[in-house]
Amino acid sequence: MNALSALRPDPGADRVVPPSGFTARLVVFTAAAMAFLAVFTLALALAAGRLAEEWDSALARSATLRISAPEEQMPEQTRTALTLLQQTPGVESARALRDEEQRALLEPWFGPDLPVADLPVPRLIEIEETRDGFDPDGLRLRLQAEVPGAVLDTHDRWRRPLIEAAGRLRLLGWVAIALIGAVTAAMVTLAARAALAANAQVIAVLRLVGATDAYIAGAFVRRFTLRTLTGAAVGTGLGALAVALLPSGGEAGGFLTDLRFAGWHWVLPVLFPPLAALVAWAATRSAARRVLSGLS
Amino acid sequence: MIELENVAYGYGAKGDAPLLRDLSLTLAPGSFHFLTGPSGAGKTTFLKLCYGALKPTQGQLRLFGDDVAAMPRDGIALVRRRIGVVHQDCKFLDHLPVIDNIALPLTVSGQVMEDQQGNLDDLLTWVGLGARAHAFPPELSGGERQRAALARALILSPEVILADEPTGNVDWEMSQRLLHLLIALNGMGKTVMIATHDLMLIRAAKAQVQARVLRLSGGVLQAAGADL
Repeated sequence: MNALSALRPDPGADRVVPPSGFTARLVVFTAAAMAFLAVFTLALALAAGRLAEEWDSALARSATLRISAPEEQMPEQTRTALTLLQQTPGVESARALRDEEQRALLEPWFGPDLPVADLPVPRLIEIEETRDGFDPDGLRLRLQAEVPGAVLDTHDRWRRPLIEAAGRLRLLGWVAIALIGAVTAAMVTLAARAALAANAQVIAVLRLVGATDAYIAGAFVRRFTLRTLTGAAVGTGLGALAVALLPSGGEAGGFLTDLRFAGWHWVLPVLFPPLAALVAWAATRSAARRVLSGLS
Repeated sequence: MIELENVAYGYGAKGDAPLLRDLSLTLAPGSFHFLTGPSGAGKTTFLKLCYGALKPTQGQLRLFGDDVAAMPRDGIALVRRRIGVVHQDCKFLDHLPVIDNIALPLTVSGQVMEDQQGNLDDLLTWVGLGARAHAFPPELSGGERQRAALARALILSPEVILADEPTGNVDWEMSQRLLHLLIALNGMGKTVMIATHDLMLIRAAKAQVQARVLRLSGGVLQAAGADL
């Protein structure tokens, strides 16, 4: 019996296995709960992936030059730095941030009335790199020689751990989905074995009248596969609805309000019910074969 | 049909303490056999060998020409459809009505019950269960259960009928009725073997049908004495 034929109704075979209320409810509930969790985990993994990509693409081609110098030398050093940057291969553009822009950067910490012009605040130069990027070590050496107060920040030291963390989170999400699949298989196996053990007399009667083990196994496998499919469909539906109804915080919301499916990502949760059914089919088939071969 | 050649069977891990040994017998088409012997002699085990529920630990057993030792489990299941089995303690699927239980061999062999409805009704009437078709097994008396088990064993029109103490749980009148049914089936060309320790039943049967009586004693099969 293949996985697809397990879904094909067989009224005769379906009737010979007595209805088992407890295991039926257990399998449907487990499948629904696991699918619900899987949907959320998938949303988390996708959000972590998006975050990693956004950070990577936003920060990968930018750098900052910070110039700390006495006030009277600041304009000269800034001009020199800009000239040097324009001559550096791999630099797409470079511009010094205006006072208002620097004030906006400091505003979250010092409030809106910060007199930037009166404070020894370093001048910031925003650098956009070309696709090939520049040589940061070479640029640092030239800056050291020509603009002694300049410090080049390529964002590497804080970009890399963030991207790594987001990547790990994404990986953990997929591992969690695999674990959910394994737990579903374990639960379905336990329920199937319990049902087979409870129906030892039914199996004896079926064998006595000439039922093959494939027929007996098929009756149990079909029942558990359909129950898992039903439970997983319900759980996936509820999970997808819950994800869709999560409040959106826009760009300001960040990671927590970015738990959503977008575009083709909606296809992924739709795959959960058939995947869960496939897991249940394999688990029940294996359990049925083992139990039936153990029964004389 | 069913041929045993120096067959032995033991329940131990290696089967080295055989319950049955040196069994050689051929159940020819249309023959009628009684198998008798004291309790624990191995009559039920012998019948289980005859329908492939057990495999010999020694010797050769052929069912319809095929060596059981070489048959896969599902192959034995298919052969079993040609052998109707009735036990003293007959088991049913309690969640299905009598008519569905009797039709069970049809169901598991992939036949459509509706196509066999006429045969099913005739069979129910023949065993006297026409009015109990929709009752559930726990509602049946001992005699009704035996007749339902016989009807289930017959629905696929098997060539061989093996009955293990079929009259063990019923009164004399009902045992005579069951015996008449089995004799009638033998008259239709079916091979019948009845395992019983009820000597009165055997004597009653021998007055009506030419039956061979075998006795299991000490694990060995032998012809019964002249008194039977």
